[in-house]
Amino acid sequence: MSGHSYDAENYWKANLRLIFGSLVIWALCSYGFAILLRPMLAGIAVGGTDLGFWFAQQGSILTFIVLIFFYAWRMNKIDEQFGVHEE
Amino acid sequence: MSQFAINLLFVGGSFLIYIGIAVWAKAGSTSDFYVAGGGVHPVTNGMAIGADWMSAASFISMAGLIAAGGYANSTFLMGWTGGYVLLAMLLAPYLRKFGKFTVPEFIGDRYYSANARLVAVICLIVASVTYVIGQMAGAGVAFSRFLEVDSTTGLMIAAVVVFIYAVLGGMKGITYTQVAQYCVLIVAYTIPAVFISLQLTGNPIPGLGMFSTHTDSGLPLLDKLNQVVTDLGFREYTADVDNKLNMVLFTLSLMIGTAGLPHVIIRFFTVPKVSDARWSGGWALVFIALLYLTAPAVASMARLNLMTTIYPEGTQSQPIEYEARPDWIRTWELTGLITYEDKNEDGRIQLYNDKNADFAATTASERGWEGNEMVVNNDILVLANPEIANLPGWVIGLIAAGGLAAALSTAAGLLLAISSAVSHDLIKGRLNPNISDKGELLAARISMGIAIVVATWLGANPPGFAAQVVALAFGIAAASLFPALMMGIFSKRVNNVGATLGMLSGLTFTLVYIFVYKGWLFIPGTNNLPDTAEYWLLGISPLSIGAVGALVNFAVAFSVSKVTAEPPVEIQELVESVRYPRGAGSAQDH
Repeated sequence: MSGHSYDAENYWKANLRLIFGSLVIWALCSYGFAILLRPMLAGIAVGGTDLGFWFAQQGSILTFIVLIFFYAWRMNKIDEQFGVHEE
Repeated sequence: MSQFAINLLFVGGSFLIYIGIAVWAKAGSTSDFYVAGGGVHPVTNGMAIGADWMSAASFISMAGLIAAGGYANSTFLMGWTGGYVLLAMLLAPYLRKFGKFTVPEFIGDRYYSANARLVAVICLIVASVTYVIGQMAGAGVAFSRFLEVDSTTGLMIAAVVVFIYAVLGGMKGITYTQVAQYCVLIVAYTIPAVFISLQLTGNPIPGLGMFSTHTDSGLPLLDKLNQVVTDLGFREYTADVDNKLNMVLFTLSLMIGTAGLPHVIIRFFTVPKVSDARWSGGWALVFIALLYLTAPAVASMARLNLMTTIYPEGTQSQPIEYEARPDWIRTWELTGLITYEDKNEDGRIQLYNDKNADFAATTASERGWEGNEMVVNNDILVLANPEIANLPGWVIGLIAAGGLAAALSTAAGLLLAISSAVSHDLIKGRLNPNISDKGELLAARISMGIAIVVATWLGANPPGFAAQVVALAFGIAAASLFPALMMGIFSKRVNNVGATLGMLSGLTFTLVYIFVYKGWLFIPGTNNLPDTAEYWLLGISPLSIGAVGALVNFAVAFSVSKVTAEPPVEIQELVESVRYPRGAGSAQDH
């Protein structure tokens, strides 16, 4: 078992950083823009309503897709960088 | 050709395809039966996850709920998609690396405890069975409407079809059948939406159409809709909600529940590599989003079309006469899902919000209205949508096939999760470890059969719940399974006692809170408090409590683990090894 080698630890930290960053955006677009911050975005009009409504019914879903693909792409690179990718 | 014959053609034709695929892909080994030999491509797998995930609730009833609630019900859209972000980053790749068949198996191995595995089996069965009851009931209603049989016969037909392909095919059959079902359901959902969006706004993409200009009035579509519904005493469609805490917690419950539902997690065991598990999550969400980005457009446009049908000259003029009502209202009246009562005896259909006291006292009484006269069930909106918009008969046949595909594919996926938990975790893992491959496969099929019988029986006599069933399934998954899985990967310190007590306390807390408001075991009249906002603790509805249950689970697991022995070295090494993709073989037996 590779156990606690220096690289393995840094690999895991890189993963956690990436997850944390992604989840901040995840929360901001759904709980933030679409729900809690909606009143603050009320001034920005989007086709008959405001930006918060658009995030609640379209924008958050689009953001989620981008986030997962970005994570998969980035993480597969990090796998290779640290030499833990599958053969 | 009559509408009945067209429906029969579309529904029958699609079923022949599904059953054909199930027979063609007949599973040979236990590994084939559970995880399709680990050889499914991420895009194919993503489509299958999409069909598995989008149930009767997504296809048939979600747009209806959004149409009725407007902005406030955006929670369903965000909740049922945002969970995939959690799944793809926090669970899927590591569980794939772990390389076993079932969710309880991971929990049992990680927490080196047969009791933890048993608790996980219980959580899984309760969550999945409650969910499957809703699917069977939904399929039954759709069958009975489109094949013009009574609802019990419709339910029996649904049960037989699910039984045939789930029991014969196993996972491999289900994976390829579900790809076919995905195609049917997405085409069925999208085509009427495109037609309607073109009619109303001239924009062929519904998700853009809902934010464009309404051709007839020249106003933005959502402005027009706000105006129409407020004229009739309803809240503005785009109105903000006051209880933001509840909205956040409800969305969070749905997201965590999504990531914790075993029939979805099991899908990530079927890809060849860890990196593919990450891609699978993305592809799944792409295929799900095709429906979820269209649903809010269907909702707003159907609501507007419905109001225009009732008030053809505008909301300031008289509504239509009952005798002149369109055919689709007549047919749905037969199912009892649209009802009419001429309260002021003027022969017209007054459809408005009579719960709005101000409006009832002013506009309504000035116009001689004595109460809302037509009740339209939210669940019929998607199915009736093509008829409301006067689309041709084949579109109606298509949507019948799509609705059934959604209900049956989810039911089959849930049944597979149940049967593998029973045969693999309960019988092989606990009762009879020496059972042969063949015996295990037989046990899986028998438990699937039993689960179908139970679900059909409960679906025929629903104890008066629909939304509650779904909420309970998500609440249980969120409060019990998700935290145990996540801590199993991200913490080396959480031990057997902590995880087991965590799951039990999360589950109990959630169930008790739901039962206090919804009735014990959902038996009507046994609730301790009325299920209305002023009695909810801190304004948190029973539907939203799963998120709090998950917090309770995390808190209990961490604090109990802190004061008890740390996990053995080999378990800490196991946790270490699931974090690194290298060395992942295909999903394997013991």
